[in-house]
Amino acid sequence: MADTAQAIEVKGLFKRFGPLEVLKGVSLTANQGDVIALIGGSGSGKSTFLRCINLLELPTAGQVTIHGETIAMKKDGNGGLMPSNRRQVQRIRTKLGMVFQSFNLWQHMTVMQNVIEVPVHVLGQPRDQAIEVAEALLRRVGLYEKRDAYPAFMSGGQQQRAAIARALAIQPLVMLFDEPTSALDPELVGEVLTVIGDLAREKRTMILVTHEMKFARQVANHVVFLHGGLIEEQGSPEAIFEDPQSERLKKFISSVH
Amino acid sequence: MSEVQAPVTYVPPKARSLFEPHRLVLMAVAAGLVFCMAWFMRWDWLPRYQERLIYGVGQTLLMLFSTAIVGFLFAVPLGLAQVTGPRPLAWAARGFCTLIRGTPLLLQLWLLYYGLGSLFAQYPEIRSSFLWPYLRQAWPYGFAALMLSFAAYEGEVMRGAFAGVPKGELEAARAYGMGRFTLFRRIWLPRAVQRALPTLTGETVLQLKSTPLVATVTVVDVYAIISRVRQETYLTYEPLLLLALIYLCLTGMLVYAFKLLENRIPNRGA
Repeated sequence: MADTAQAIEVKGLFKRFGPLEVLKGVSLTANQGDVIALIGGSGSGKSTFLRCINLLELPTAGQVTIHGETIAMKKDGNGGLMPSNRRQVQRIRTKLGMVFQSFNLWQHMTVMQNVIEVPVHVLGQPRDQAIEVAEALLRRVGLYEKRDAYPAFMSGGQQQRAAIARALAIQPLVMLFDEPTSALDPELVGEVLTVIGDLAREKRTMILVTHEMKFARQVANHVVFLHGGLIEEQGSPEAIFEDPQSERLKKFISSVH
Repeated sequence: MSEVQAPVTYVPPKARSLFEPHRLVLMAVAAGLVFCMAWFMRWDWLPRYQERLIYGVGQTLLMLFSTAIVGFLFAVPLGLAQVTGPRPLAWAARGFCTLIRGTPLLLQLWLLYYGLGSLFAQYPEIRSSFLWPYLRQAWPYGFAALMLSFAAYEGEVMRGAFAGVPKGELEAARAYGMGRFTLFRRIWLPRAVQRALPTLTGETVLQLKSTPLVATVTVVDVYAIISRVRQETYLTYEPLLLLALIYLCLTGMLVYAFKLLENRIPNRGA
């Protein structure tokens, strides 16, 4: 069971918002080094699925296992689930680097402070060590010169690259990207995709919710097409984009191209 | 990677010269006024009261800062309770804020001093307790009234500030495994204070100008000293003009200090 090659294993995930069932039993396994792209129309449940992995949304039913450790859940008395051990959830979350659509950088901190915040104040690393790591990361994403800037004074692309550095700073097992380029002006999308592409090339485990089909095809080794809260089709990027089986996937691909 | 420059570069407005005609005229008028005040009014009492005035300003500032700081410490839980507290706690906090904000400060002060103060005196247990030497003085009641008032007004400000911190930033903190207390201390509170700071400036200035009310319950602040001057010298305008000038200077310094605080974290727009 505790196969360490499995970075993430999700089994039978259901999620209901009131009367609306967003996820109807989604299972997915990400092995170490996998780059999985989740695609699908709006309302297909792909973002919700991603947010269930680190329990930003609490699934109604299902099981999430990170690196062989299953998140313990219990009934919340309302027909849903809640974590039975908050500390376990917090610990597991520090292994998942989440990047949001709207960056969500902490606006009262400089870029550098954003990047070292979690290593210093959650993981308890010494400050100078965290700064050293952060400087290297900021160089990687091309923001070393901006390390003392406040997010409000940066472009969306710069903010998202800073957010990626912040996520990398916790040395995550898996990176979770929730539509990282959807809030960006078209001319800023490229710089962020370049950074994500670099991460994929160095075999970092990632799950990526995206609308950038060309990009998904380039970097992912596995593509999952969600529709109506279910996995409609999945496979290699070639299979999904060149030889789609289901009608819905065919329609979806022709609509976004 | 193509670096995209931030498109907005701030161009400060051209610094105006101090010597433009309309300014020269205004300065001449001001100088004339000051001259008239110095020449035609009586200021010979000033040296005699100098020491007491300085003491009074000190008392006023002490009253302002102690009530503002302690009041703010109460305001944070008051605001937080209204935003995330369990129902009964949220209601209690809201009720307190509404009650205090809905009644005149002078009334609260008098209720505390003449009401509670005389009530205390009736109980031998209190009269013999170690607190009595303080409770028989006036300043604890002045402090309590001003402090509760500041707490209630700032509780309301902090409620809005806490609620206004973008959900995404709190979510990001949670997503990286931050515990509730760390999240509050490192993200939510500083972010809320940053948002509330411009409002806090105004509220603190208002608080400064509420402090003379304590003179009505015999606390000696700068206003009380000036009243004393008026009684003893039979002068009306000179002491009051001086008092206005003192409050004006204190306000200016407060606003400047808050400005420095605000500028520590530059922000754009929101």
